[in-house]
Amino acid sequence: MSFWQKYVFSVDHKVIGMQYLLTGILMGVIGAYMSYVFRMQLAFPGKEVPFFGLVTAAEYNALITNHGSIMIFWFAMPVLIAAFGNFLIPLMIGADDMVFPRINRLSYQIFLLSAVILIVSFFVPGGGFGGAWTAYPPLSAKAEYNLTPWGSSLWLLAVALEFVAFLLGGINFITTLMNSRAKGMKYLDIPIVLWMIVIASILFMASVGPLIAGAIMLLFDQLIGTGFFDPSRGGDPVLWQHLFWFFGHPEVYVVLLPAMGIVAEVMTTFSRKKLFAYKTVLFTTIATGVLSFFVWAHHQFIAGIDPRMANIFTVTTVLISIPIAEMLFVYIATLYGGSIRFTTAMLFALAFLATFLIGGVTGIFLGASGADIYFHDTYFVIAHFHYTFVPIAVIAVFAGIYYWFPKMFGRFMNETLGKIHFWGTFLPFNTIFLPLFFTGAAGDHRRIFTYANFPQLATPGLQDLRIIATVSVVILICFQFLFFWNFFYSMFRGAKAGKNPWNANTLEWVAPSPPPHGNFDVFPEVYRGPYEFSVPGRAQDFWPQNEKA
Amino acid sequence: MLDFMSLLRESASTFARDIDHLIAWVAILGGFWWLIAEGVLVWLIVKFRHKEGVRAQYITGEKKEEMKWIHWPHNLILLCDVAIIIMAINVWYNVKQKLPPADDTIRVIGQQWSWRFVHSGKDGILGTPDDVETVEDLHVQVGKTYHFKLETTDVLHNFSVPVFRLKQDSIPGRVITGWFKPTMTGTFDIQCAEMCGIGHGIMMGRIHVQTPEEYDQWLSTQQKVAQSH
Ligand code: HEM
Ligand SMILES: [Cu+2]
Ligand SMILES: [Cu+2]
Repeated sequence: MSFWQKYVFSVDHKVIGMQYLLTGILMGVIGAYMSYVFRMQLAFPGKEVPFFGLVTAAEYNALITNHGSIMIFWFAMPVLIAAFGNFLIPLMIGADDMVFPRINRLSYQIFLLSAVILIVSFFVPGGGFGGAWTAYPPLSAKAEYNLTPWGSSLWLLAVALEFVAFLLGGINFITTLMNSRAKGMKYLDIPIVLWMIVIASILFMASVGPLIAGAIMLLFDQLIGTGFFDPSRGGDPVLWQHLFWFFGHPEVYVVLLPAMGIVAEVMTTFSRKKLFAYKTVLFTTIATGVLSFFVWAHHQFIAGIDPRMANIFTVTTVLISIPIAEMLFVYIATLYGGSIRFTTAMLFALAFLATFLIGGVTGIFLGASGADIYFHDTYFVIAHFHYTFVPIAVIAVFAGIYYWFPKMFGRFMNETLGKIHFWGTFLPFNTIFLPLFFTGAAGDHRRIFTYANFPQLATPGLQDLRIIATVSVVILICFQFLFFWNFFYSMFRGAKAGKNPWNANTLEWVAPSPPPHGNFDVFPEVYRGPYEFSVPGRAQDFWPQNEKA
Repeated sequence: MLDFMSLLRESASTFARDIDHLIAWVAILGGFWWLIAEGVLVWLIVKFRHKEGVRAQYITGEKKEEMKWIHWPHNLILLCDVAIIIMAINVWYNVKQKLPPADDTIRVIGQQWSWRFVHSGKDGILGTPDDVETVEDLHVQVGKTYHFKLETTDVLHNFSVPVFRLKQDSIPGRVITGWFKPTMTGTFDIQCAEMCGIGHGIMMGRIHVQTPEEYDQWLSTQQKVAQSH
């Protein structure tokens, strides 16, 4: 096989997963670079930013818009769903590949195209789109308002294509899980991470339809002058907000669930414990998914919707804290009676729980409509959702990468470097976003490129907090170089890993490391659930799913 | 609790206190559960770290007496949630749903990228020839209840006065009515809190909350300007 067949046009799910992983991480690096640039502007307004230059107001808006879009659509989703889903699903159910390998490849190619279009959109006349990742019309609909005719249309086209890519991917995930499971693998023998990825795919497919329709309507408004969202032509700008958030809120759970799944696999393996109440986890996941369709308007409390609606959405939003809290409690309870080993992967998994708890609790402030009047669109919101998204898209992803690296490449990553990387990520992450809760509470509005015009906000006390946050961003980014070094060095030179280096139970550890095309020498048969650790009366403290009784 | 409130901006409207108290209650109830959860997490991490020769226990979490450790906190959280929902809706109702009778009405017009304000002038009635229009500076009297009529000429904006705990999107084609009653004199920031294009970050304004005397004096200078034209 030539290089091209093997690595570029492959239909092997592992190669496609790896393509998604590397493309997603590359986009994440671009997104992080953007956050560095606009944070520098906020901490040192009007100064030249090293490796960028002066930041204009238009550039600032384009930077935050594309930072948000990239982090959600081109980093979190491809890495959490597409990369881990592609790599893990066939391996963990004992199959040789996805049901539709060619659709799988097409999905990645469309995704890559969308990423290229997005990047091109930064460099077209007028510059990149700057109307925030939520793209509310009329600003996003008319060039005379946003002044970036090319940037806006390309941004929208890129987003629409990206959705198509994930629709195609989702079809594969669902059919494969339903149809290709190893002999003997019942529904309740499926590792929780796969359930999470597949439920997330279903959520995505059920929520994205209205937004695709909305995106096409918006594209028409931009390009051929229709007025779907223009009141002077009988349209309604608030309609877009409903379409956007009907998708946008479930989207949070679309990325959250795979992250929770990864954390479950890592935690059970490194505490040698059965997942506490597997069935409860599964059913609360489904309940959360369903509930997430009934909370979208909490993003619109003060957007001019009928004020009575806020009451209904306050109830649903605050109540969604119940299943989420339940899931977190179950995870914490899993540690009870364990034998915890602090590998790098485990440190990241535990850090996920510790930080996501902050994201969850602060969400209640925003769900409680009366309090949201004050917090809406302040840095409190920014801090809140980064306390959910960074644990999801960064911390859990690192847990997954350190955990499955030996399977991906047949070698270990260096643990010492890994632990330094862990602390260099965990500590600065908190010192970036904790201060932002306080600037937000003091009234810092988001999407403001300099506070110099607002006397009450341009005080030294607040500015110091902004500087702490920005310096922490720089520190956090520096420590990521360590990760990249570790990743690429270990790929070729890391200590060799056997089939099942962590003594885990699930089927991917039955395949050779790295697994060849087709995955298994002999297809495994399944005799028990995925988390039979420390079963009394056995010499070993693990019991692989495929081991005969 | 009041000390905790100093994290927020000073409160200068009648409903600002209500919102602050709601925030404090959410902080207390949420903070309580957060501390318990983090505490248990850290305790378990320390207590059950790997020790040579000690094996993990086999616990499935499927027995009733195991699940009660999850169910009890869960039920108590539900209680806290209900309390928060009731308080939140109560505050919301007073701020956004109920419209107390007005002493005076102003028009607030957002446009890329400045605020226009129309004051009712001497006769206290909007839409008459003595209305006073200003850009960026809004003048109101302390202790009076105001209705505002919020409009926009182009894109979405958001009329936000942090010291009042007031925030409301403006929408093209609609006039959105809301209210506030200032309780403290001074000059405060007005921000635009909805992304409205390149100038969003500089779309500022000031609200001057004045005593009736100061306000009358300001009004008379306005008329002089108008007459000298
Ligand atoms: C390197 C770490 C990160 C830093 C320092 C950072 C910082 C920020 C800041 C300060 C803003 C607000 C900008 C403004 O309103 O002026 C922002 C916006 C945003 N961030 Fe991040 N972020 C990081 C990582 C992430 C991740 C991992 C995600 C999601 C997976 C994410 C998603 C978003 C979104 C959706 C927005 C809203 C953009 C908008 O207002 O249109 N960020 N980020
Ligand atoms: Cu504005
Ligand atoms: Cu604005």
